[in-house]
Amino acid sequence: MDELSGGEILHILNTAGSFEEVSTRSIKKVPALRGKVVALLFFEDSTRTRMSFELAASRLSADTLLFSAKGSSVTKGETTLDTARNIEAMGVDCFVIRHPQSGSPHQLARKLKASVINAGDGQHEHPTQALLDIYTIRKRLGRIEGLKVALVGDIAHSRVARSNIIGLTKLGASVVVVGPPTLVPAAITSMGCQISPCLDDVLGEVDVINMLRIQFERFSSNLFPSVREYSRLYGLNASRLRKCRKDVLIMHPGPINRGIEITSDVADGANSCILDQVTNGLAVRMAVLYLTNQAKNRAEVQE
Amino acid sequence: MFRSDYAHGAYESMNDILIRNGRVIDPANGRDELTDVAINRGRIARVGRSRASAHLVIDADGLIVCPGLIDIHVHCREPGHEEEETIASAAAAAVGGGFTTIVAMPNTHPPMDNDTQIQYVLERGGRAGLARVFPVGCITKGREGKELAEMGMMVAAGAVGFSDDGEGVASSLTMQRALQYAGMLGVPILQHCQDPDLMGGVMNSGAIAVRLGLGGISFTGEQIMLRRDLEMVEKTHAPYHVQHISCAGSVELLRAAKAAGLPVTAEATPHHLLLSEAACATYDSNYKMNPPLRTARDIEALRKGVADGTIDCLATDHSPHASEEKELEFALAPFGVISLDCAVGLYAKAIIQTNTCDWPTLIERMTAGPAKVIRKPLGTLSPDSPADVTIIDPSRTWTVRTSEFCSLSRNCPYDGWKLPARAVCTIVGGQVKHRLTS
Repeated sequence: MDELSGGEILHILNTAGSFEEVSTRSIKKVPALRGKVVALLFFEDSTRTRMSFELAASRLSADTLLFSAKGSSVTKGETTLDTARNIEAMGVDCFVIRHPQSGSPHQLARKLKASVINAGDGQHEHPTQALLDIYTIRKRLGRIEGLKVALVGDIAHSRVARSNIIGLTKLGASVVVVGPPTLVPAAITSMGCQISPCLDDVLGEVDVINMLRIQFERFSSNLFPSVREYSRLYGLNASRLRKCRKDVLIMHPGPINRGIEITSDVADGANSCILDQVTNGLAVRMAVLYLTNQAKNRAEVQE
Repeated sequence: MFRSDYAHGAYESMNDILIRNGRVIDPANGRDELTDVAINRGRIARVGRSRASAHLVIDADGLIVCPGLIDIHVHCREPGHEEEETIASAAAAAVGGGFTTIVAMPNTHPPMDNDTQIQYVLERGGRAGLARVFPVGCITKGREGKELAEMGMMVAAGAVGFSDDGEGVASSLTMQRALQYAGMLGVPILQHCQDPDLMGGVMNSGAIAVRLGLGGISFTGEQIMLRRDLEMVEKTHAPYHVQHISCAGSVELLRAAKAAGLPVTAEATPHHLLLSEAACATYDSNYKMNPPLRTARDIEALRKGVADGTIDCLATDHSPHASEEKELEFALAPFGVISLDCAVGLYAKAIIQTNTCDWPTLIERMTAGPAKVIRKPLGTLSPDSPADVTIIDPSRTWTVRTSEFCSLSRNCPYDGWKLPARAVCTIVGGQVKHRLTS
């Protein structure tokens, strides 16, 4: 999101809007990427992102190649760069890459001729997630500008948080990140958001609450005393929901830890648009694939 | 205009050299004047106007003539990683860059924690016959930070100091004992100041690390260990040297310690004097070092430290790495960059071009300053000293081409940089080991 201007973000969202309609047809395909090869390189587990990118590419009539690190030669020690270069040698137009290391897609893009779309790199960014989050908010509330959005959880390690902060502030929303100081780096305010260590303080003022998944493996490293305490201080439950505005939007990028950062009644309740996020993700990713391919075609024509 | 001609050790043994008309800067003797330097049988014969002839006359008009430059922080990677560098190739990169002496760090494989390995380094360096190579031994056995290594025997074999470089000694008790013991032997402990528990990161901690989603290494980690060590130096009065000092707070601590009369010295690297954390934004691992690049404020404080002598010497921390390792993702790539081949130009850019201090001060930090740390009678043009001489062209603009480096590695952030000065001749023990011809 760092590289996109506010105008470019809006363009992607508007393009997504026109692709939303495709999913309502009986034949859910457009020929925009016919004959193109989209390779999904997933070096990290994923359900939503991977499947929705796959479906998005397929709806655009592209040929898809699916790579996941498990079951590949990565287990034999092959590097990310060698993996990508070898697959590119089979004839790939566009890579969609998810990687556990920040900066991986950027480093690969310097070495590959194909387009590279970031599907999540380490703790750095998850741009399509932020785009679909913003799309969902805009669809439900009609605008982004002037809204107040809370991101709650392990901000320090969250690429979803970073991308959302950048995208939302570029479109004029104000963002507050909520969590303990061990999970929220003080320097994050340099990205244009505020910090609140207390969730209850912000509940009444926000239009949107985006809950982030708590990663259990982190508890062993002094970041937080226990799952129970985290849930008590930062979990979104029915009684906290009652303190919010009546039409507050509850969001979560998934996967959900039911009962920990969010209770089932809230996750499945009327204010929740968690499943809408997933549905919208498909249209947003179609837009991103389409626009990336368009830009590549234009660049090739200019050469 | 200039045609470069590299030759290493290919000249026949010259025992009689006259360097004419150069600006002779010899800080150890407080000299800065246009005069001549005569070399005879491997030693400085005379500094002063000379009408005598010589087998080799070097015209140093417009050039600086100074004692051979000394770099007290070089990783030669031998034994263990000879594909990255060897003692010979590091010595070649050294003379190519104008250095007549380098000090080899002990984090080799196996680590240099015994006298046999010290002898090995001296033997390999002698065999290469280029820059002098002095070994530093490990403080602790195996560099594990627990038991003291055989420092006495290593000193007897020729070690000039001790370091567990790559890491600092975490245990306060071990560090205290190391200071006492090394102090008895009269050699310095060179510390890589970094609290190990605060090392969970890959670049400077701060807004940029947060934005890039990379773990941060806070300056606190360096200062905590430095503060601790200074307390122990106060108690033991053992000589102590801070390696690659990287932040403003550390410079202040050093300044106060020196004012209090403690036997402490420090070094700074070219990258910490030139580059900030902002360089990491492209995830290029040629900007990944340990300690990391910090902020503009830290660069400013380091430069001031070099100017006022709080920082006694400049040292490259030349750290060769194989390209396939540096090509890994930023967080996974090893720390470190090389710069022996171009360091003089880098220092000129960081220090002279910024008007931080003048050439005599800069030369002192590359000659007498480091010589004092390793307690060697080098870094001077006093008559009868070993004839280690460097000739620098202070107005030679040149473009760095890492492909032309003598180092075996290429992990260098300065490729393509235009630098304002260059070493053009390196003489070790009265023999020309490197010369650029115009």
